[in-house]
Amino acid sequence: MAHAYTPGLRVTQHAVVHKERRLPLKGEVVVERGQAVRRDQVVARTELPGDVATLNLVNRLGISPQELAGYMLKKEGDRVEAGEPLAETKPFISWFKTTVESPVSGTVESISPVTGQVILRQAPRPVEVLAYVDGVVEEVFAEEGVRVAARGAYIQGIFGVGGECWGALHLAVDAPDATAESLDPEVAGKIVVVGSLISAETVEQARQAGAVGLIGGGLRDSDLRDLLGRDLGVAITGTEQIGLTVVATEGFGRVAMARKTFDILQACAGMDASMAGATQIRAGVLRPEIIVPTVADQEEEEVRTGEEGLQVGDLLRVIRMPYFGRIGRVSDLPTELRAVESGARVRVLSVEFEDGEQAVVPRANVELIEE
Amino acid sequence: MPSAKAKSMDDLNVVIATDCGSTTTKAILIEKKDEGYRQTFRGEAPTTVEAPFEDVTRGVLNAIQEVEELSGRQILDGERIITPADGDVGVDIYISTSSAGGGLQMVVAGVVLAMTGESAQRCALGAGAIVMGALAANDGRLPHEKIERIRQLRPDMVLLSGGTDGGTVSHVVELAEFISAADPKPRFGAGFKLPVIFAGNEDAREEVEKALGGKMALTVTENIRPVLEEENLDPARHVIHDLFLEHVMAQAPGYRKLMDWTGAPIMPTPGAVGEIMQTIARQQEINVVGVDIGGATTDVFSVFDGVFNRTVSANLGMSYSVSNVLAEAGLDQIMRWVPFDIEEADLRDRIKNKMIRPTTIPQLMQELQVEQAIAREALRLAFDQHRALAVGLKGVQSKRTLADVFEQGATGESLVEMMALDMLVGSGGVLSHAPRREQSCAMLIDAFQPEGVTRLAVDSIFMMPHLGVLSTVDERAATEVFERDCLIYLGTCVAPSGEGKGDEICLQYEIDLPGHRTGQLQVGQLQWIPLADGEEVEVSLQPARRWDVGAGPGQALNARVRGGVVGLVLDGRGRPIQMAVDQDRRRQISDWQQALNLYE
Repeated sequence: MAHAYTPGLRVTQHAVVHKERRLPLKGEVVVERGQAVRRDQVVARTELPGDVATLNLVNRLGISPQELAGYMLKKEGDRVEAGEPLAETKPFISWFKTTVESPVSGTVESISPVTGQVILRQAPRPVEVLAYVDGVVEEVFAEEGVRVAARGAYIQGIFGVGGECWGALHLAVDAPDATAESLDPEVAGKIVVVGSLISAETVEQARQAGAVGLIGGGLRDSDLRDLLGRDLGVAITGTEQIGLTVVATEGFGRVAMARKTFDILQACAGMDASMAGATQIRAGVLRPEIIVPTVADQEEEEVRTGEEGLQVGDLLRVIRMPYFGRIGRVSDLPTELRAVESGARVRVLSVEFEDGEQAVVPRANVELIEE
Repeated sequence: MPSAKAKSMDDLNVVIATDCGSTTTKAILIEKKDEGYRQTFRGEAPTTVEAPFEDVTRGVLNAIQEVEELSGRQILDGERIITPADGDVGVDIYISTSSAGGGLQMVVAGVVLAMTGESAQRCALGAGAIVMGALAANDGRLPHEKIERIRQLRPDMVLLSGGTDGGTVSHVVELAEFISAADPKPRFGAGFKLPVIFAGNEDAREEVEKALGGKMALTVTENIRPVLEEENLDPARHVIHDLFLEHVMAQAPGYRKLMDWTGAPIMPTPGAVGEIMQTIARQQEINVVGVDIGGATTDVFSVFDGVFNRTVSANLGMSYSVSNVLAEAGLDQIMRWVPFDIEEADLRDRIKNKMIRPTTIPQLMQELQVEQAIAREALRLAFDQHRALAVGLKGVQSKRTLADVFEQGATGESLVEMMALDMLVGSGGVLSHAPRREQSCAMLIDAFQPEGVTRLAVDSIFMMPHLGVLSTVDERAATEVFERDCLIYLGTCVAPSGEGKGDEICLQYEIDLPGHRTGQLQVGQLQWIPLADGEEVEVSLQPARRWDVGAGPGQALNARVRGGVVGLVLDGRGRPIQMAVDQDRRRQISDWQQALNLYE
């Protein structure tokens, strides 16, 4: 079972990142292939169908559905304003006339001779898709969107909340296992690296100071619950309206950031970054990400995807108790099944932690760290 | 690549089957031996829908590669499955089920929620779908709320039913108009039209086509409720399966390739498990409840008096959905099953870490106990949901009188009757891979609380999905493997139903074992009596007044009980299980754990 471990998250200093930016419905692409785009630039736009209003006119007019067409003052496709007459009866004595006015402005979408239902569609809602990251349009999907290529640092987090944001990277700590005690007002408009724990207090300070995003090793579930106002049952996030975007790079609880992740962020301090909190751990997995476009003319790093399997000497992180969050190197890969304390017989590996301590852990409980 | 389909089904000697779950892809090898078909080797690998692979076939190849290593049979030539088999090389057919990518998610609609609405739910669930929402003319929502609801859900498919043939047209067309106005977009493949199945009043077809034809990928099939007294779910279920392959599977990463490899249509995992569950019940003439607890969802299947029901609890599972079990059950309900305390904040973080890294396993005994406590609650909640929907149901093409319909409406009585249950089968990682079989046995008893005399089993290596899809190709092969290799019989649970106080005796028993064993069971007590797999003995059970083991309160019952890898469990804890509070509860849990030798 060569792949009995969790593939590591992608963390690299030099990468080409390809971001597809698609409209939810077909629309218009407003940039061209090869064009340089900025993160806040519109690349495509469309209009979402407006809300609908339904009216059962046959009840209101006291007629049968088949008769409805003869009483309508508007046809399908006609524009109608709120308060404008939509249908009326034609009695001999006008005093008995019944008029139904449109409750909303919009267009008449359908008039059903079967149900007597009239459906009105309100004005469409414009939707714009931004480039999100500084880069170059490398492909245009006609009427649907574009793919933007950006060169720079790329870090996948493990879990995030909140949508897309961008700002200068600001380090509030000087070591991956440190934790920011307080944030200065200078973090306004910035993405702030806060170390091993994104606490509720830090989030509150960041919001008050106007920071757009926070990056840290871990966050507590109890703080997340307070932040969202509910217990997150299923990890599908990205649409929360919480005033900023939060990305944990390691997990829940207080966890030191991986050295490589921290070093890259430190090297990019002061540079503009794009970040998204959207996480989905089911059905087309999505992890949160931090992208720092750079102009450095360096070769892209070969990103190892873990396809070769674990090897002795590989750097890893344990992702379950009792060694959760600890980092070490594979020292042995026994092939036979071994019993662990829970009584389960599983594939294991031996690991030597950074302080020299040795341990045996199930292979399923480690994550490869790219070097 | 020679097509596996070309080979006659009579010539199947070697079969490789995979189930692509949301967490793990499991492969099994089935070979024809002198004594018949046997499952011989298995392999597994993480499912690779996630980056960096984003191609389900990678996990399939990895799992098959493990089978190759263990069996010595070459199955793969690079990334090609070698078919047909020739000596020790290749296989005759490759088949697969899948629940990766969140499975099949549907919205159903019917005119009356308790009638065609419920029939539509049963139809979709029986086909292996997750029902995200059910709409009906009388569901209490205003028209614009119905439209907004449909729009929000983004299903893979919609099943529209309603009206008996010759019955209401306008209400059905109204629902079609709402669906048209909502114009929901499919979850996968934004450029595609959403598949909608119309299986309602045949007189409404023309109008429904007018309302939906241009906007949706509409398929019209037979009415699922042609007359009030009859359900006809099969044609619509077949359409669901076809559209699942065409529209949903084809959009998921790597599935187009996988579909080319298989020699039979890929089935949704729960649909395949349902197939094999019905086969067991039919062949052995028993009432059976089965559960499959996965990473994301928990499926419950029941067959009572030949009536098949399936429900799926979309957000109850042991990895992706583990956090939702905590949210739904509450911390106290989970912690009542463990004899120690953990700081709440710490436990919450641990559960969330399992959610974001779903493939990890408990290394510590305490972690295992917590995970199995969560499993008890997930199973209990899923079974509650099953009982709520399995009311007055009937299977495909079965008949029900009008009187039954009114009775159902009046009482809402569940078809699931625990005293009439003969066998309870568990599957899914937490049950099938528990380090001790006693733990699986205890989880099943605690969560389902069987009454009277009930046989317990687990699917040894989660083979039921594979055998379900195999049964569509070769029923004999599937049945033979099922009987020989699939189930591990845990034993039998004898549980008098009733309530009482701690020092009372609730059951006296005589067991026809060597030495003729007699004994009594106290209220609140669990007893374990060894009885090996394959052994079968007579038991005489005399419950106390107000306690029932199947013959009525206080009435004696003689029964033959069968052993298993655990044996015979006598459960005097009452129904529902009566639990103590605070320190007494911890002692009680420790006693129960010791009685079954769960963790020592």
